[in-house]
Amino acid sequence: MAKEEIVLMKGNEAIAHAAIRCGCDGYFGYPITPQSEVLETLAAEEPWKTTGMVVLQAESEVASINMVYGGGAAGKRVMTSSSSPGVALMQEGISYMAGAEIPGLIVNVQRGGPGLGTIQPSQSDYFQATRGGGNGDYNVIVLAPASVQEMADFVDLSFELAFKYRNPAMILSDGVIGQMMEKVVLPPFKPRRTEEEVEKECPWAAIGKKKHRAPNIITSLELEPHHMEEKNLHLQAKYQEIREKEVRYEEILCDDADYVIVAFGSASRIAQKVIELCREEGLKVGLLRPITLWPFPSKEIHELSKHVKGILSFEINAGQMIEDIRLAVEGNAPVAYYGRMGGIVPTPEEVVEALKKELIMK
Amino acid sequence: MKEEIIIAGFGGQGVLSMGKILAYAALMEGKEVSWMPSYGPEQRGGTANVTIIVSDERISSPILSTYDTAIILNQPSLDRFEQQIKPGGTLIYDSYGITTPPTREDISIYRIEAMEAAAEMQNAKAFNMIVLGGLLKIHPLAELDNVLLALRKTLPERHHKLIPVNEAALRKGMEIIYPVR
Repeated sequence: MAKEEIVLMKGNEAIAHAAIRCGCDGYFGYPITPQSEVLETLAAEEPWKTTGMVVLQAESEVASINMVYGGGAAGKRVMTSSSSPGVALMQEGISYMAGAEIPGLIVNVQRGGPGLGTIQPSQSDYFQATRGGGNGDYNVIVLAPASVQEMADFVDLSFELAFKYRNPAMILSDGVIGQMMEKVVLPPFKPRRTEEEVEKECPWAAIGKKKHRAPNIITSLELEPHHMEEKNLHLQAKYQEIREKEVRYEEILCDDADYVIVAFGSASRIAQKVIELCREEGLKVGLLRPITLWPFPSKEIHELSKHVKGILSFEINAGQMIEDIRLAVEGNAPVAYYGRMGGIVPTPEEVVEALKKELIMK
Repeated sequence: MKEEIIIAGFGGQGVLSMGKILAYAALMEGKEVSWMPSYGPEQRGGTANVTIIVSDERISSPILSTYDTAIILNQPSLDRFEQQIKPGGTLIYDSYGITTPPTREDISIYRIEAMEAAAEMQNAKAFNMIVLGGLLKIHPLAELDNVLLALRKTLPERHHKLIPVNEAALRKGMEIIYPVR
């Protein structure tokens, strides 16, 4: 086997390379800062000449997500990427995918909002990502990469989870992780699935009616309420299984910690520096980093809350994840928030100050 | 070993690509690296900066508020970053267009007349490699051979014929940087 090659690239570029390498069948997207390098890299790499992967610049985000709906309905590994305002436009399609149980990958490289907002980094789409985002009772599997390596690794993981559960998966990144360069080991090449493999692995897929079975119907519409409730109960049972089996998180220096910061994605990188600074001062601070934002590591945070003096929810928004943390903590420990908005990325020093002011000095 | 660096100047000066080549060269020496650009509605003539961290260990925050070394290539960047250099740190600047020189007394200050040297070489685009050469002279973060390899990796093949010019620029920078304090 060839020696693994270490390369230096942006998070957005890593997403594109990983997609080509993990057997992705199609990408449909529309440019928007700060994620445009995903489409640019795919266009430059021309995977349609090598793996046969389709790359298409759609006329809009609405078109993109509906192309993902169509590709996913045919059992194909297809994806789109955008940034906050573009992902807002996709919510109808994502809700329809969840209702019709269509797998697919949506990458959100977040920027500050609301509205057209700014092009600078933000984590203010946490609620949109973890509460479904569109209409109806549904959830999307949400992974939050904290490095360029994880941008690459989570593409294949997202497809695996999406197809395992027949559900849309999302990579919730932001302008920091999308734009920064780090070293990355790209995943090994995996061929795209053959038609036979798709038929075997996705017996539900709309790939042409075979004589030996009834037609496969892909829809989110069900006019009979009893049937619709049954469908919802089925979805809820599936979401419960995902909650039980797919929680992912990382703990750093939590064992002896008096205070724990909970932070995801780019904020968790800043939080690691906060821990270094605090420990230099003799303050025992640890980090719990949710890797899956939905399902959320509630049990783990609940356990941790029994042994600490306080928890800081550090997020680059007005305080969204703090709601999930409070639900998990159930009053065991004080929970405080620190964050910035509008595309301002906090410095480690200001988070240290906030930690002291909101928890340690109180 | 950990070095936290900011490179700041005008858009179009090659600030980001200089940082990328430095990061790539350090990566090839087995270091952990991060490269975090200011990105925004950037344009030629606007300000641009990039934060680079080179470390033996896993890098935490790619965004910083203080730096070991600042490479400053215009007055707005000097105004913004001079006070953010750690005591005992290093400031390297090109005096071209600098009207208010740095005043800190607790840092090492070096000057490099890279704009002038690039004009002498009749190659304005060699400017950033002259500056990088100067940095490497003061802080040997990577071997010259690895910097050249990084150029080979980052430049599209059609531009590989320019590598000797870039090498000459790197060497020029190493020669002309000098301490102010």
